[in-house]
Amino acid sequence: MPAVSKGDGMRGLAVFISDIRNCKSKEAEVKRINKELANIRSKFKGDKALDGYSKKKYVCKLLFIFLLGHDIDFGHMEAVNLLSSNKYTEKQIGYLFISVLVNSNSDLISLINNGIKNDLASRNPTFMNLALHCIANVGSREMAEAFASQIPSILVAGDTMDSVKQSAALCLLRLNRTSPDLVPMGEWTARVVHLLNDQHLGVVTAATSLITTLAQKSPEDFRTSISLAVARLSRIVTSASIDLQDYTYYFVAAPWLSVKLLRLLQCYPPPEDAALRSRLTECLETILNKAQEPPKSKKVQHSNAKNAVLFEAIALIIHHDSEPTLLVRACNQLGQFLQHRETNLRYLALESMCTLASSEFSHEAVKTHIDTVINALKTERDVSVRQRAVDLLYAMCDRSNSKQIVAEMLSYLENADYSIREEIVLKVAILAEKYAVDYTWYVDTILNLIRIAGDHVSEEVWYRVIQIVINQDDVQGYAAKTVFEALQAPACHENLLKVGGYILGEFGNLIAGDPRSSPLVQFNLLHSKFHLCSVPTRALLLSAYIKFINLFPEVKPTIQDVLRSDSQLRNADVELQQRAIEYLRLSCIASTDILATVLEEMPPFPERESSILAKLKKKKGPGKVPDMDEARWNVNGNTEHSENTEPTNKAPSHPFTDLLNMNSSPAAGASLLVDVLSDLSSPAPAPTTGPGPTDVCEEHFSRFVCKNNGVIFENQLLQIGLKSEYRQNLGRIYVFYGNKTSSQFLSFSSSVTSSDTLKTQLNVHTMPVDPTVEGGAQLQQILNIECLSDFSDTPVLNVQFRYGGTLQNIAVKLPVMLNKFFQPTEMTSEDFFQRWKQLGVPQQEVQTIFKAQHPMDTDVTNAKILGFGVALLTGVDPNPANFVGAGVIHTKNTQVGCLLRLEPNPQAEMYRLTLRTSRESVSQRLCDLLSEQF
Amino acid sequence: MIKAILIFNNHGKPRLSKFYEHYNEDTEQQIIRETFHLVSKRDENVCNFLEGGMLIGGSDYKLIYRHYATLYFVFCVDSSESELGILDLIQVFVETLDKCFENVCELDLIFHVDKVHNILAEMVMGGMVLETNMNEIIMQVDAQNKMEKSETFIFQSTRQDR
Repeated sequence: MPAVSKGDGMRGLAVFISDIRNCKSKEAEVKRINKELANIRSKFKGDKALDGYSKKKYVCKLLFIFLLGHDIDFGHMEAVNLLSSNKYTEKQIGYLFISVLVNSNSDLISLINNGIKNDLASRNPTFMNLALHCIANVGSREMAEAFASQIPSILVAGDTMDSVKQSAALCLLRLNRTSPDLVPMGEWTARVVHLLNDQHLGVVTAATSLITTLAQKSPEDFRTSISLAVARLSRIVTSASIDLQDYTYYFVAAPWLSVKLLRLLQCYPPPEDAALRSRLTECLETILNKAQEPPKSKKVQHSNAKNAVLFEAIALIIHHDSEPTLLVRACNQLGQFLQHRETNLRYLALESMCTLASSEFSHEAVKTHIDTVINALKTERDVSVRQRAVDLLYAMCDRSNSKQIVAEMLSYLENADYSIREEIVLKVAILAEKYAVDYTWYVDTILNLIRIAGDHVSEEVWYRVIQIVINQDDVQGYAAKTVFEALQAPACHENLLKVGGYILGEFGNLIAGDPRSSPLVQFNLLHSKFHLCSVPTRALLLSAYIKFINLFPEVKPTIQDVLRSDSQLRNADVELQQRAIEYLRLSCIASTDILATVLEEMPPFPERESSILAKLKKKKGPGKVPDMDEARWNVNGNTEHSENTEPTNKAPSHPFTDLLNMNSSPAAGASLLVDVLSDLSSPAPAPTTGPGPTDVCEEHFSRFVCKNNGVIFENQLLQIGLKSEYRQNLGRIYVFYGNKTSSQFLSFSSSVTSSDTLKTQLNVHTMPVDPTVEGGAQLQQILNIECLSDFSDTPVLNVQFRYGGTLQNIAVKLPVMLNKFFQPTEMTSEDFFQRWKQLGVPQQEVQTIFKAQHPMDTDVTNAKILGFGVALLTGVDPNPANFVGAGVIHTKNTQVGCLLRLEPNPQAEMYRLTLRTSRESVSQRLCDLLSEQF
Repeated sequence: MIKAILIFNNHGKPRLSKFYEHYNEDTEQQIIRETFHLVSKRDENVCNFLEGGMLIGGSDYKLIYRHYATLYFVFCVDSSESELGILDLIQVFVETLDKCFENVCELDLIFHVDKVHNILAEMVMGGMVLETNMNEIIMQVDAQNKMEKSETFIFQSTRQDR
């Protein structure tokens, strides 16, 4: 009797589905669906309560609409309501809707949880199963929080029905996957292990799945499961098939359970207990033996089931990797499958052999199948199988068969599926490098790779070949010759041009002796392809050209012509343009010695893991690439070479790609080149236009005689400003250094120097400053000054810093003058003239007559005299046009009174300045200072 | 673990989709299309396993499929499942459907999508194989049908169905 009779379907549903199926167009279908959605929505919203049948019908319609790929944004509430129904039909359809349509973060979860809770407590096994299914299918965190603690007790309770136990085990497994932290471990774990002894094989199967997952996380807690699993497996394997009744599938006893048990055993090492171990070995031998027996049925299901167990047994043998006889038997068995007519078996045999190849016991045995595998690569119709064959060849490759395998993979590459070409390229590149006995073979192989599948050759592959050629000097000549020949092809891949450009640029001289590959021929060959390639490749070729200029002086004019052409010098791409300009300039101005130093051969690369291997690992995910310690061989094969290299010339330790990447900052080895070029390209720095480093700047000095603040120095790079204040014999100057450029000043320092005489007269104490001045930033320095006695020399401010690699020296006369230590003195006319007479000794008076250099403005003159530091006395001189001032110079040792008189003669544009102080030197100095101000 | 079970016909029309990991509706539809694209272009008599498409998780997952007349049955599984075991499970599933529907055909799956889901639920739960014994499965399905009949039979004859 059929379990579902065809007549009892829901007619309304059938009509709707038929309508949809009869729709002629997508539009008609959408229209019909929208009509139905509207109908259902109105039914759900309607006043009339729907009976269970109608609800079920509408929910089925919604499921169908959903399956067609339309969003269902309502009905969830109705479905949740169905959970609380007492009728099985309604409950079931409610759960179905939820498990298909409700996602784990729905806001209805709490309502759903309520329904589940009731059903779990119902003790009705059917309802409990529905609830457990729902938890397992949705598997959300809220559900785990609500039920994770309850399910273990359902699982191990003595009175739970078998079917509920099965569901509970898998439900727990699911929650353990989604929210492991919420599943409490406890005394139930021991009882779960004993489910392996359960009568019901369905329960055992579900429990085995659960235990396998838990054992992977905490192996110690479930170690007791090993003996139970072995015992159970043994009973199944040795049983006559009839013992297990329904769990026999096409004459194979409980194949799924066997597979699961074998999987569980793969969580552990071989059993330590000798008896247990021999019992397991016996099981595995029996499984291997059965494979040789004639099939009990011709049906494919029979062999499938049998082989499912067999493959899992082999997987366990490989996992244990401890019984050489079993390993060899397993290998032979797989060898048989390699030629089986069933594609599935060939596929699985190739896959299993990959893991077998890494075992030391069976590696040699696997290698005996090389011809079969190569044949599979050539003849299999199915790309999935061919891909497994590539994997196996890669895994079985060693020094003895590498040339054969690489050759076969290369020839397969010519016709390989595009989807797997890149992977094959990586594998060939790795094998060629790993097993290269002589590097000529390696170079040939990589060039072949580029020729055959240039588009699939990633950067890492051609970087790597260059790395190796540079580090192995015995292969350099061969490499140059080979790339030169390969470039002769009328159409060659851009990757080949990159390798060729780089190698000829470094080692083209090694083949230049042959007239067929003379420098000019080499250059013309490269340049003939120049215009067809991308910007990065062209940039690389330009670098090769400048290297040529160094290697072959005879082609210098030719290359300079190329660099000079508008298509280079005015190239729209800034990188190409810059390279052309800089290289051209370099070739014009640098001497041969400098060229040779700048463009010397690249130093060897430091040892590191193959970048290709890293790429394959990334592509396949960690753990999927067989460990290949040997692949990390020393690329500095020539140790002598690396010892001779100066430490500063050693290639930097950052990845190889940086060396070739035009955008990154140049590596240490090339820094010389950069320095030379930066001088050429940056705006002319200060020394060429500004004052020379030894000249002391006093341009603005005199401005500071009558004022204390302002800019004392300025050039393209730097501005120095001052703010000063004085009290009696003490002074303080704030010096501001402004960086006018956008780049840093490095090693910045400044100091004040004085003549020996001055040192006894004036103390200047400088505060230390930061050695770095950021671009556009200002740095402040404080100078403390003490005047010991009167002085006439000037201290000098020396500034040093490094800008763009060049040392800058600036020296400025620091405007510290005697008049800065004036204290103005107010006095009456009477006092003034009395003192004036007292200072009547001829040496005490200094007088000078000079021509006015500025317009003779009274206010300005007033200000200047005040700025000079003296008090301006009005009403003293009988002639109001004259200026009279008085002050006292403070030094540490003495104070010097000072009187001055300035008489302008506007008609003649002349001044007469008279100073009287108690000291001749002071009078002279002050007169010198002041007379220059007008 | 089984990540998804998909049934679609030779034209890529989905007839059943069951995801054991949550995706949004759009992604589910895209996965169905991608899987159909991968599976349908393969010849008959090639092997039944292939690496999963990008959307479903790439080479960490396998598609294990069988093609019956007009329908493809595709299971997407991770490495913890035995390929041949799943292949047999598909066979059990189809044989069970065949028994329940008497010579199952595509139309049965279309018109009884709820039943198909219920049968599948007896076999696979939360992405794990629950039961592989066909008799046990059919017994459960029969029991459900009986309960269903007892609940609905009385109303059926008089209903005005729209």
